[in-house]
Amino acid sequence: MAGRRKRTTVVITGIAGRLGQLLARRLHRQVDTQVIGIDRRAFHRRPKDIEHNRIDLRRKAAEDIFRTHNVDVIFHLGLMHNPRQDQGEHFSWNIIGTQRLLEFAARYQVPKVVLISSGDVYGPQVDNPAFLSEDAPLLAAQRFAAIRDLIAVDMMAQSYFWKMPELETVVLRPAHILGGVRNAMSNYLRMPHPPTLFGYDPLMQVIHEEDVVSAIVAAARPGLRGVFNVVGPSALPLRQLIAAAGKTPLDLPHPIAPMIARRAWTLRLLDIPAAELDWLRFAATLDGSRAREQLGFEAVYSVRDAVAAALRRSVFEGEADFVRLKSNADFAAADVAHRP
Amino acid sequence: MDRRLDQAQERIERIANAAWQQLAVADDVRRRGLPARIAREVREAAGEVRDLLQSGSWRMPEPELRRRVDHLLANMNLNEFGVDAFGFSPNYVAKVIPVIEAIHRLWFRAEVYDIERVPAFGRCLLIANHSGQLPFDGMVIGSSLLLDRDPPRMVRGMVEKFAISLPVFGTLCMRCGQITGLPDNCRRLLADEEAVMVFPEGAHGIAKPFSQRYKLTRFGHGFMRLALETQTPIVPIAVVGAEEQIINAGNFELLAKLLSTPSIPLPPLALLLGPLAMMPMPVKYRVYYGEPMQFEGDPNDDDAVIARKVGEVRGAIESMVARGLRERRGYFV
Repeated sequence: MAGRRKRTTVVITGIAGRLGQLLARRLHRQVDTQVIGIDRRAFHRRPKDIEHNRIDLRRKAAEDIFRTHNVDVIFHLGLMHNPRQDQGEHFSWNIIGTQRLLEFAARYQVPKVVLISSGDVYGPQVDNPAFLSEDAPLLAAQRFAAIRDLIAVDMMAQSYFWKMPELETVVLRPAHILGGVRNAMSNYLRMPHPPTLFGYDPLMQVIHEEDVVSAIVAAARPGLRGVFNVVGPSALPLRQLIAAAGKTPLDLPHPIAPMIARRAWTLRLLDIPAAELDWLRFAATLDGSRAREQLGFEAVYSVRDAVAAALRRSVFEGEADFVRLKSNADFAAADVAHRP
Repeated sequence: MDRRLDQAQERIERIANAAWQQLAVADDVRRRGLPARIAREVREAAGEVRDLLQSGSWRMPEPELRRRVDHLLANMNLNEFGVDAFGFSPNYVAKVIPVIEAIHRLWFRAEVYDIERVPAFGRCLLIANHSGQLPFDGMVIGSSLLLDRDPPRMVRGMVEKFAISLPVFGTLCMRCGQITGLPDNCRRLLADEEAVMVFPEGAHGIAKPFSQRYKLTRFGHGFMRLALETQTPIVPIAVVGAEEQIINAGNFELLAKLLSTPSIPLPPLALLLGPLAMMPMPVKYRVYYGEPMQFEGDPNDDDAVIARKVGEVRGAIESMVARGLRERRGYFV
């Protein structure tokens, strides 16, 4: 059939995570798209036509995928953000993994790479402007050192704008994603009494996971490159967000909150590192106008939809897997949590 | 809500009455000099407050308030949660308006001159002198434009980031439409045709000791560059009276640096009143609005060129301050 369109081959790293699964399902429904997954974790209820490779990007075998396929787009979702993870492994996974992936893209002439970074890279600061543009400095690590690798990865992808001008690199920085994902914000809203700091009520931006997937798909369009903030429909005060989740906040006085958080962290009562408490004090609201103009991205899910999605109990198949592996002390291998 | 307010009003009325009678006694003693003058002033002020409370005229009638709020809401970009991109919530302001009115009308009994010079629509920069240790001057400018101007205007003040970082106070500022003092925030609000208030003296101005009262400190140049860049008219404002609300003998600069706060005042009355010395005294505020000024030129001009333009604004404010000092009869009246 001469008139047949070329088949598009896409690689999704971190495909077994919530966002990866949603993206895989969205893409494999498109005609003439072949989806290849890379993830250490198993991909349950995988649609048959999706090829899944249970490998680590840092292994030699990862390169074979690019050698044997003519890959058109790489979606790099497989970043680790788990503050409980060993720092060395965390850094090595994110930085070496991403570097290898970008090298493959350069070596095998992949025309497009889409990296899912995070809106967290700007960091909460009192002197953040109300609209953080994509050019704002990435200051998150000045208080919260463990996020350094995510910033490095973001910058590394940006360096490919000039290193490999023919490679279309897109960096997406979504606001706090809500949904079946196991990220800090969704977990926070699932707590019976999300902790807040007395006298503080910063603006928060949240976005529904399906909206993020839409932005990722939009970013794959040929001809696009650059960094884009991806935001939901509206920013709202933290306490209103908690109220929207039907929860009552637990107010802690700010001067002693870090102490309490550190104790709760060691006792595994709280999964928020003390350094991240600044998120409960200051805002980091992103300016999503560039994504609106260039990606044509507009969030369709409201904040209430997003909150409801985060609270839905029947989370997803991966959750059971996660719990099992955790009990098997196979924590490191399983925990490729996607937290933009 | 209303009953509680009425009760509070009755209580304040009783206290004001008692104070008035006490001071009447003090006046009979006829002491000479400053204490007598201050006693007379306070007595007159207490009488003024009593009259306001008795007539109830300090509170805006409900329909009038509603009309003003509706007018403001018509010109705002609010999302479905009733806040704008800077965290401003008109609902919150509507809730605290009785407190704002009490401070504006009863505590400071603010007198406002030529407020109609602030344009009814369109962007403008409100530039004022800064004084009084605590930023009540900003509050009074804001409340005068809400309560005394018709149609009202919402003021977006540029607040020092230290103040914004404080618990409760920072959140209060933001819900009331105040913003972190960053050029980018200012630019966006001006693009949205809002009225932005800037104190170019910053922390230096507000923390002046009593001996330096009504001497304007150095003006920053940022506001002028922004005004030139965005072609925004500048309304100079002079606030007279705020300097005497808290008497400050000097600043504890070393400690302020150590605690990284903008300033730590040393009020002599603290020996008598303890922390209450940092509560503003019920001085009379006078707010003078000047003729809007339009400047032309390159926003990236040399400092010397910008300084000349800033000097014009500073001069306008200085002469209004002088007028205010000439016209006033005392600190409390």
